[in-house]
Amino acid sequence: MCLAIPSKIVKIENHMATIDVDGVKREASLLLLDEPKVGDYVIVHAGFAIHKIDEADALESLKLLREAVSISFEKKP
Amino acid sequence: MPIKHLEEYRDPAIARKIVEQITFAGQKPIRLMEVCGTHTMSIFKHGIRGLLPETISLLSGQGCPVCVTAQNEINSFIRLSRFDDVIITTFGDLIKVPGADSSLEKERADGRDIRIVYSTFDALKVAQKNPLKKVVFLGVGFETTAPTIAASIRSAVEMKLDNYFVFCAHKLLPPALAFLMEAKGTKIDGFILPGHVSVIIGIKAYLPFFEHYQTPCVIAGFEPVDILQAVNMLVVQIKTNQPKLSNAYQRAVTFNGNQKAQNIMNDVFETTDARWRGIGTIPQSGLKIRDEFAICDASKMFEINMTASSDPKGCACGEILTGQKIPTDCLLYRKACTPETPIGPCMVSSEGTCAAFYRYHPM
Repeated sequence: MCLAIPSKIVKIENHMATIDVDGVKREASLLLLDEPKVGDYVIVHAGFAIHKIDEADALESLKLLREAVSISFEKKP
Repeated sequence: MPIKHLEEYRDPAIARKIVEQITFAGQKPIRLMEVCGTHTMSIFKHGIRGLLPETISLLSGQGCPVCVTAQNEINSFIRLSRFDDVIITTFGDLIKVPGADSSLEKERADGRDIRIVYSTFDALKVAQKNPLKKVVFLGVGFETTAPTIAASIRSAVEMKLDNYFVFCAHKLLPPALAFLMEAKGTKIDGFILPGHVSVIIGIKAYLPFFEHYQTPCVIAGFEPVDILQAVNMLVVQIKTNQPKLSNAYQRAVTFNGNQKAQNIMNDVFETTDARWRGIGTIPQSGLKIRDEFAICDASKMFEINMTASSDPKGCACGEILTGQKIPTDCLLYRKACTPETPIGPCMVSSEGTCAAFYRYHPM
């Protein structure tokens, strides 16, 4: 089962992070990530952080999604 | 305020607009398949089938780790649990799956030491705390779980833990997509590709498949807007006859994927032919532990005597996993096979198509 909710790193100690998953604190290994830091949003699978979300990229893709939806919607005959 | 990467993808206003676009474009019958158990659950949970026009069929493929684990592997897990000095560690869903004559749940009730863990690091802790026991982790799943298990094997070697073992039954997704395209009686117009498998393997891993079959493919996240957006992109690709390999989960999936995870996986595992439940053997679709890590390989360190075993009689899991049937087509569904008394793994796992149908589909 994939944990769909991104988690926020709140503490790092010896390659292990304490993560906040929508208010719930859990542990996650950072062995599969490069340069994680406190405050990063990460995707966690089976107790391992597997991806660090780039805030700027995420905002950009959300903006594009909103634009795509409204532009093509308005173009509809 | 920073975004949480969550509410934005549950926005009903965006969802409604995408649904209208899909309804406008999706007038011809289209069969789309998702191959991720969490997509299966999300589609049911958010009622996505009910939002789409009747012309669009959403099929659930081979995405649930437990559902694709072969019967002979389940039998091996049960045999392993019967060794007096063994502690089995596993993710939860696996313990209910019936083997030829038992299940891990029944073995646990008989006093075998079988523990459900949250991650492989919990399994390593069990091994550290029980030096006189042999701790075996049951490695099922896809490219998402495989690197976490590879990391545990490498950590066990570094920690000089000589009582930690893995039974590796991992499967790889891209070879299964190719199998589905070749399977008789299966017709799929486009794939909703999995989110977290793609986080690890990256868009590049699907290129050989896409270039060969030219089937529309979109990688999707798990929120309702993510899935609707992927369906919308697929419908447009199909309608305009312009197949693409696209990414609708850009906040998580990159072209190259997680290189660190790929490296650790390649260090510890090599590809091998693998047997998929209800489907048979797909060449080079599984992982096995490399010889240099053989001391951690449960299939080599224990005399398990893996015997061939057929799937339960009457169970349509194989046809369901390949999109040829839906659960209500199976004679056992809701009769002999229920979540309380599952016969096939698609009913055992909460991510299985049959269990999801049972929970969300009206009688």
